[in-house]
Amino acid sequence: MADESGLSTAIVADHGARMREGRPGVGPMWIVKRLGFGLVILWFVATLVFIATQLLPGDAARAVVGRGSPTELAAIRRELGLDHSLIEQYGHWLRNLVEGNLGVSLATRDPVGTIIGPALRNSLILLGLAAGIALPLGVVLGFRAAARHNKILDHSLMGISLVFTALPEFVVGLALVMVFSTNVFALLPAVTNPTGDPLAQPAQLVLPVSTLVLASMPYIFRLARASMIEVLASDYIAMARLKGLGERRVMWHHAARNALVPPIQASAIILVYLLSGVVVVEYVFSYPGLGSALLTSVSARDVPTIQAIVIVFAAGIVLFNLAADALTILVTPRLRTAQA
Amino acid sequence: MKMADVTGGTTTSAFHGLAVEGLHVALGRDNAPIVRGISFSVNSGEILGLVGESGSGKTTLAMALLGYARSGARIVGGSVKVRGEELLGLSWNDQRRLRGDVIAYVPQDPATALNPALRIGDQLSEVLAVHEPETGRSQRVARTRSLLGDVGLPSDASFLRRFPHQTSGGQQQRIVLAMAMLTRPAALILDEPTTGLDVTTQAGVLRTIRTLCKSYQVAAVYITHDLAVVAELAERVLVLYAGRMTELAATREIFEQPAHPYTARLTAAIPDLFQPRLLSAIPGSPPALGHHQPGCVFAPRCQMRVTTCEEEDPIFEAVAAGHYSRCHRSTEVRPELGEMLVQAPPNPAATQALSVRDLTVSYGQVRVLDGVCLDVRSGECVALVGESGSGKTTLANAIVGLVRPDDGHVALDGRAVSPRARERTAAQRRALQYVFQNPYASLNPRHTVARIVASPLYIFQRLSRRDVDRQVAAALERVTLPRGVAEKYPDQLSGGERQRVAIARALVCDPQVLICDEVTSALDVSVQAAIVNELLALQRESAFALLFITHNLALVRSTAQRIAVMRAGQIVDDGRTDDVLTASGVSRYTKQLREDTPSLSKSRAQRGSLREHTTAAAPRYSSGSTRDLSHG
Repeated sequence: MADESGLSTAIVADHGARMREGRPGVGPMWIVKRLGFGLVILWFVATLVFIATQLLPGDAARAVVGRGSPTELAAIRRELGLDHSLIEQYGHWLRNLVEGNLGVSLATRDPVGTIIGPALRNSLILLGLAAGIALPLGVVLGFRAAARHNKILDHSLMGISLVFTALPEFVVGLALVMVFSTNVFALLPAVTNPTGDPLAQPAQLVLPVSTLVLASMPYIFRLARASMIEVLASDYIAMARLKGLGERRVMWHHAARNALVPPIQASAIILVYLLSGVVVVEYVFSYPGLGSALLTSVSARDVPTIQAIVIVFAAGIVLFNLAADALTILVTPRLRTAQA
Repeated sequence: MKMADVTGGTTTSAFHGLAVEGLHVALGRDNAPIVRGISFSVNSGEILGLVGESGSGKTTLAMALLGYARSGARIVGGSVKVRGEELLGLSWNDQRRLRGDVIAYVPQDPATALNPALRIGDQLSEVLAVHEPETGRSQRVARTRSLLGDVGLPSDASFLRRFPHQTSGGQQQRIVLAMAMLTRPAALILDEPTTGLDVTTQAGVLRTIRTLCKSYQVAAVYITHDLAVVAELAERVLVLYAGRMTELAATREIFEQPAHPYTARLTAAIPDLFQPRLLSAIPGSPPALGHHQPGCVFAPRCQMRVTTCEEEDPIFEAVAAGHYSRCHRSTEVRPELGEMLVQAPPNPAATQALSVRDLTVSYGQVRVLDGVCLDVRSGECVALVGESGSGKTTLANAIVGLVRPDDGHVALDGRAVSPRARERTAAQRRALQYVFQNPYASLNPRHTVARIVASPLYIFQRLSRRDVDRQVAAALERVTLPRGVAEKYPDQLSGGERQRVAIARALVCDPQVLICDEVTSALDVSVQAAIVNELLALQRESAFALLFITHNLALVRSTAQRIAVMRAGQIVDDGRTDDVLTASGVSRYTKQLREDTPSLSKSRAQRGSLREHTTAAAPRYSSGSTRDLSHG
């Protein structure tokens, strides 16, 4: 248990340090500053991605045409701009990125945008559903377990969460498939129609979403529980009880706001995981999301698509963290009222 | 125990105050008693002072009076009646209805007891919303505002919309006081409500408490470790030791005719602004929780103990009308006072070990120190006194080179040293040592005491292992710690022992100047007395210059030859202790501090003149030995 509370305090402490350094004020200036900082991070990531692609073994042109003649290779090189100097290629890459021109897929010759657009949408659907269930449910269960600290509910929830933390998500996914789509109850589709719109057949979403919920909820649950246990031991909660307030009001009016900060901060990490770490889950259910797109493009050495997907992940990380910090400030009056 | 006697002879049926009988709270599976056999009563409009040192079970008892126990603890038995209504037998929900309504609680530390996420107005009016749901919103706000006026706070809407962190410590204390009084409770439990406050703020809050308790006819229990505060506030005093009632009597009798050796020793450990006495410490330490020794719990520390004390547990019985004590020899107890302290005159031949000239420090735009000048001679103890935020600790930090001044300089032994510690020579750093306020935070929890004390030796000297061990052992002996302590870790030690380790760490350096920053403020009075005496003895031995930083003006009386009073970054008074504490030619600020500092002798004098107490029997304890300095 010491582990979790340590984690939560670490997050809070880290957060506090960030707050002190950044001197957050209220309102738009802070958001603008953070967004600017986010852009710097994205530029940094873009540069790293560029360097990494240069370091990749093999020749991109050869990857496209396979064993072509030297003239074919040269033509492809020219088309990809590989015949320019590195600096020129870097400038070109940045300029295109800023203009939203993500290039052309080497594998299918479609614009990258048309490949990752639908994939991003599908992944966001999966992420939205999974996060929409896992985060609130994890927090509520965590708070409830904390209120019954060391009682049966607490122990059983902790045991269950430990099991799901220990199991890799593909095991959970396969187990769900085996139980609900094959031998036991043949109720739900095991795979997704890779070209169709997942919303058109909601039943297809049930198993992937459940897998992600089961994989991510234990973390948020344990964090919310540890945070609430700490808050319930505080003086102001003892005071609220000594004022004669009912347990429900103590819990949801007095304790909840204060216990929310660590789960909010952790949510950013979970959302990032749900965005980028879904590769395995999408693969298990052959779900047409960013993860599948990434797998396909990696096996096809489709460099422009890989680059675009990595940039999307980075942007997601920046945005989720910004949102979590903004929310933290919103629920913490001391931060909200701080002078910039 | 005869309950009827203890409850002051009031018949229970028509009793409107608070009546407690046989209250017993135990901890954990083995039911180790934290407090047991607590019986007393408080009349409406009366304030009972409940005095005990840390570990005596004060806070546990305070919460148990509301039928509440912290997790792990359990109320095992007894009765708490408010307005004749039994609280403890009720269901949790019925108890909850009474809590905050007929009996209210004022917590120790309002900074942590107010919810940081909720507005003050919310936290106040929810008490009414819960206990008197029939009142309308506007009515609730109106009552909240009028009570805020009563406790001396602004009552406008913008104040109600503030969050706790947007108010000062004194305001927070008044907010929780108002919170407790909103429902006009019959009984009020105040758990060290002024401990963290500056004296001037404390004096104001105490006045408010007294007025409220009288005007609303509340039966109040005021829990504290500070006997001087009790002397000014309470009508009767109950002394708690190791979770048991030790003595109960009217305030005057407790101090003038104590019937228990613990009370007498405790009184002698309190510094008094008007009496320069040697503070007397209580040897030993309180028993551990759940000890099962036969005989009197205080016997191991008692200088009056006889064989009976070690064999037979004394009963809590009347020694006079309204005066109870748990002692076999209660009739032989005499008030104790330390010897009068005669401060040695300053030695003009002594060198200026430390001199500070025109020191100015700013944090950003804020000027924290403003041209401070201060001298400390070898062998001299200078007290630096001031309220929180006056710049005391900044001055200390600037002297040791942790804060860079804008202007001015620090000189050791007449030679100016660099403003930055890292640019000073090893000898200069060694000559200037610092002991921090909080011994719980200043010692590395993962190092043994021996390693902590030895660490400066490794930095400043190249010594063999054996020499280091010998010096560590010598330093621990000088601060009266037993040999075995060397192999322990800080969390195995009491607060007083930890602070001794911190002092020993400074002493191994053989400093010329020792800075002690509030070194006793986290400790009990009896431990404080021991530490202060040891420091002074050490200083006599080694003749180092001692800069003793404190907010406690009374403590200075028993320690320092000279006092520098600091306010808003400036030294407003600097002179001999007697002059600063008694003469009329000091700043108004210093006079205000003198007036607001609680004092046993002052309240005795006031009680004699202002209250209509019988003065038939001349107090045994004031005759002859007390100098009346109040008109000095």
